[in-house]
Amino acid sequence: MENELLYSESHEWVKWISETEAYVGLSKYAAAQLGDIVYINIDAQEVSVKDVLGDIESVKAVSDFYSPLEGEVIEVNQEIVDNPALITEDAENVWICKIANIKNKVKLLSKKEYEAFIEE
Amino acid sequence: MVKKTSMYDEHVELKGKMVEFANYLLPIQYTSIVDEHLAVRQRVGIFDVSHMGEILIEGKNAIAFVNYLVCSDISKIQSSRIKYSLLLNEKGTIIDDLLVYCLSETKLLLVVNASNKEKDYKWITDNKIAGIKITDKSDSYSQIAIQGPLSKTILTHIVNADFLPKKYYSFIEKVNILSHEVLISKTGYTGEDGYEIYGEGDAIKDIFNSLIQLGITPCGLGSRDTLRLEAGMPLYGHEMNEDITPLNTSLEFFCKLEKDYFIGKENLVDKGITRVGLFNLDKGIIRENMEVFFENNLIGSTTSGTFLPYLKGSYAMAIIDKKYSLENTVVDVKIRNRFVKAKVVKLPFYKRKKVGV
Repeated sequence: MENELLYSESHEWVKWISETEAYVGLSKYAAAQLGDIVYINIDAQEVSVKDVLGDIESVKAVSDFYSPLEGEVIEVNQEIVDNPALITEDAENVWICKIANIKNKVKLLSKKEYEAFIEE
Repeated sequence: MVKKTSMYDEHVELKGKMVEFANYLLPIQYTSIVDEHLAVRQRVGIFDVSHMGEILIEGKNAIAFVNYLVCSDISKIQSSRIKYSLLLNEKGTIIDDLLVYCLSETKLLLVVNASNKEKDYKWITDNKIAGIKITDKSDSYSQIAIQGPLSKTILTHIVNADFLPKKYYSFIEKVNILSHEVLISKTGYTGEDGYEIYGEGDAIKDIFNSLIQLGITPCGLGSRDTLRLEAGMPLYGHEMNEDITPLNTSLEFFCKLEKDYFIGKENLVDKGITRVGLFNLDKGIIRENMEVFFENNLIGSTTSGTFLPYLKGSYAMAIIDKKYSLENTVVDVKIRNRFVKAKVVKLPFYKRKKVGV
């Protein structure tokens, strides 16, 4: 079950690659709330937990994209930078950035726990 | 209390995301702002705009009275014609923008912004002259807008084309559709060809439902805003407010200074600022209330802005110092903590191609 997505309360998902590396994306729920996503900009390099990784902009609004992890941003998914609509279409199958040297993390929820959390 | 329009149940059934706007529950979108926007540019969409206000002005001097209230010249308005105009206060700044429908020489219907209708009604009543009757008809009208290149085509499924107004900004007061009597005007707020239909709640709801059955795309407030912005149309509370005169928001065309008198005329001052279109040359999305600079000098701020779905780019309107308003001037816009380069471009951003039908 190591490849299962885990979720933060600020609506990012984390997929572990190893103990110190992970992909980070946006939850389907958050993507639906934002609506058509038209621009994504990840400009952070070294981040602590809850630091802003960058901006996600939809037609409706701009939203901060927070880091659920402390570590180093080593890659941004160029595919979604070029075509942000991919997040709107399938948020939980496209990663936004890859974080390495992970030293800390926020409380992460299982899919079930996250679903209960957004129900509240 | 927040109001529901006569089509509220339909919106919920169609999975509209309901929000409160100007004291009404209305859909911000059904599926996606982008899809709804493109449906209007390429086919046809329908909007519930029942929140708009309608104020009826009656009396022998109805035209003269309204002409005294607004800054454009409506003295020669003819029956079945519509004029866009602005209500100004004594300072010459904008109370609201509105459409004047001429029902007859003694009867005008003013269609005003939802969020301003109480303010407008009070202002008009406070400035009333003898022999004029003013009635707020907002609660007796529902309204839908049918917009897009196929608007005429779809409407002719339920009404004979002879009963559709031909000229832009004209209307037919009594048209029978699905056994209901409604008013149809050739107007809209999207930059496309289209019609707006006014009538009683049940009538408008029946027409809405039959057009949905025919395949029209239901559209929410979100795409209404992106469409009007793409078409360069000003919105009250953004490009217009009580701090700005028509001269400073590129609405001087609707301000007839040669007219003898209208409220606000003597105090109309040009503060040397104007409304422009901006196109973002860098990454990111320019939105409203962002500061605009030219070589480190603050020259104004944006009033509306987003990613425009048909033009596929970040565009904004801004009110800036006239010196920098020439086309192709490159300015800096502060998006949160960084700056982007933007170019002054001609308004409207989008203009429909006129094609013969």
